[in-house]
Amino acid sequence: MDPYSLTIHDASDLLRKRKLSAYDLTCSVLERIRTTDAQTRSYLTVCETEALSQAEAADRILAAGESIPLLCGIPVAVKDVILTKSIRSTAGSKILEHFVPPYDATVTRRLKEAGAVIVGKVNCDEFAMGSSTENSAFFASRNPWDLSRVPGGSSGGSATAVAADQALAALGTDTGGSVRLPSSFCGVVGLKPTYGRISRSGVVAYASSLDQVGPFTKDVRDCALVLQTLAGHDPRDSTSVDTPVPDYQASLTQGVHRLKIGIPKEYFVEGMQPAVEASVHKAVADFVGLGAQPVSISLPHTEYAIATYYIIATAEASSNLARYDGLKYGYRAAQTAGLLETYCRTRAQGFGSEVKRRIMLGTYVLSAGYYDAYYLKAQKVRTLIRQDFLQAFGDCDVIATPVAPATAFRLGEKTADPLTMYLSDIFTIAVNLAGLPGLSVPCGFDENGMPISLQLIGKPFGEETLLQAAYAYEQATPWHTRKPPL
Amino acid sequence: MHISREEVQRIALLARLELTAREEAELVAHFDKVLTYMAKLNQLNTDGVEPTAHAVGVSSPLREDRVTNQADTDALLQNAPAREADFFKVPKIIE
Repeated sequence: MDPYSLTIHDASDLLRKRKLSAYDLTCSVLERIRTTDAQTRSYLTVCETEALSQAEAADRILAAGESIPLLCGIPVAVKDVILTKSIRSTAGSKILEHFVPPYDATVTRRLKEAGAVIVGKVNCDEFAMGSSTENSAFFASRNPWDLSRVPGGSSGGSATAVAADQALAALGTDTGGSVRLPSSFCGVVGLKPTYGRISRSGVVAYASSLDQVGPFTKDVRDCALVLQTLAGHDPRDSTSVDTPVPDYQASLTQGVHRLKIGIPKEYFVEGMQPAVEASVHKAVADFVGLGAQPVSISLPHTEYAIATYYIIATAEASSNLARYDGLKYGYRAAQTAGLLETYCRTRAQGFGSEVKRRIMLGTYVLSAGYYDAYYLKAQKVRTLIRQDFLQAFGDCDVIATPVAPATAFRLGEKTADPLTMYLSDIFTIAVNLAGLPGLSVPCGFDENGMPISLQLIGKPFGEETLLQAAYAYEQATPWHTRKPPL
Repeated sequence: MHISREEVQRIALLARLELTAREEAELVAHFDKVLTYMAKLNQLNTDGVEPTAHAVGVSSPLREDRVTNQADTDALLQNAPAREADFFKVPKIIE
């Protein structure tokens, strides 16, 4: 078995028993990137020199054998909206094409402190705005299961890197589904934790009341390990919550006996791909077979989630992206007459069309005379959406839904109509509005061999229950053992 | 909900974006479509509903006013589009 194809927990066993060195593992992953990335186009930057030196450092810790940190010697990829000190971080945008951060994001620092080896920076939609990576200013990534299809977005490169064994795990960010959608399209495990569980300090901001960092892994146990590394309070992010971080591995094997699984009727809609609907129903039946109890629930404001999201997210984006003014860092337009023209032209040349669309919409909904009609209205509907979930959790412990109404679409299929693209996130967006944790776990394949995933939604800070349920399901099903034909 | 071309130009100025004629036309069409979609929120009566800004309670924690990072002027200035000595070089801001 090639080392690159290992899970984190299997690789960690071998590393700790000294049957595999971190150096060889990292070389194996770098070689895998060299031979397959022309097809998947996962990476924007591969940092071979730094990775090999981090691997050597990990080997020294492993050789010493005392207090070995959780991810010691494990090769990990990082989404390019997450800052990595001295390694270019573009956010998928021309405006930050040559930006080299002077500091690490808190999550990057935590990975390094846990002994992880950062092999590179992976592709995403520009400023995490998109559902396919086709909005990346550099190139679109390809789905390893079918290279003519998108990997999902915005953290598409994180998903392709893990699915194609070009990293043992990856970090992404999820504002409206950007971890769960690509992990579903590429057949890997993805988690968007509770808002406040993980620090966003040093993560390029898109919509700050929704953004959250999350892991992509090959299985559920690995997801628990990466979450363990990232979770916790950070004084540098005032939204990070100071509640204790449980031992996520300890509860994994507790099973789902008598766990109440809520099935919301609003998430099984007309027009869903039949294979998706069938796989999700089968997954629920499998849960029942494992001892869980299904409960019918209702989330009546579901149909308002996308409209609510695109008002709130674009409003916050228009404010967050005001910082790209061409003065202190990033791209600056040449030969402009005066300050106003410098601003306007820098941003015109530096941002791609989807980013401009969202800045324009966000500016409009916040502008004088429209604020109450759009932004305030959306914030009120957000309350109703959140109340739906909190009420449903009176009757169940977790909620099970599809991640997306259909499997991965073809490149170019949805680029002509932004609104159609927005609808890809119909089942993931409400979870961000409510600030809840959501986990995507593989649950089947469609007639074309494309992966399908189940979304498990938890109570605030209920990641333990999600991981426990997903682990029980995963161990009882074969889906996570399949690999794309690369 | 229809937004005129002049309105698009006004928003673009607020957003500090220079648009081509083609982008303006595309945005007029995009606004028509997206704002029509968003109008579905008006089906809901939200009288008396409190707005949610953050899904968790967010406070403004205070800390001691103490320098915690080391000065690293070169690392900060290496990303500057234009630099002169230890300063950011910027366009003239007072005409």
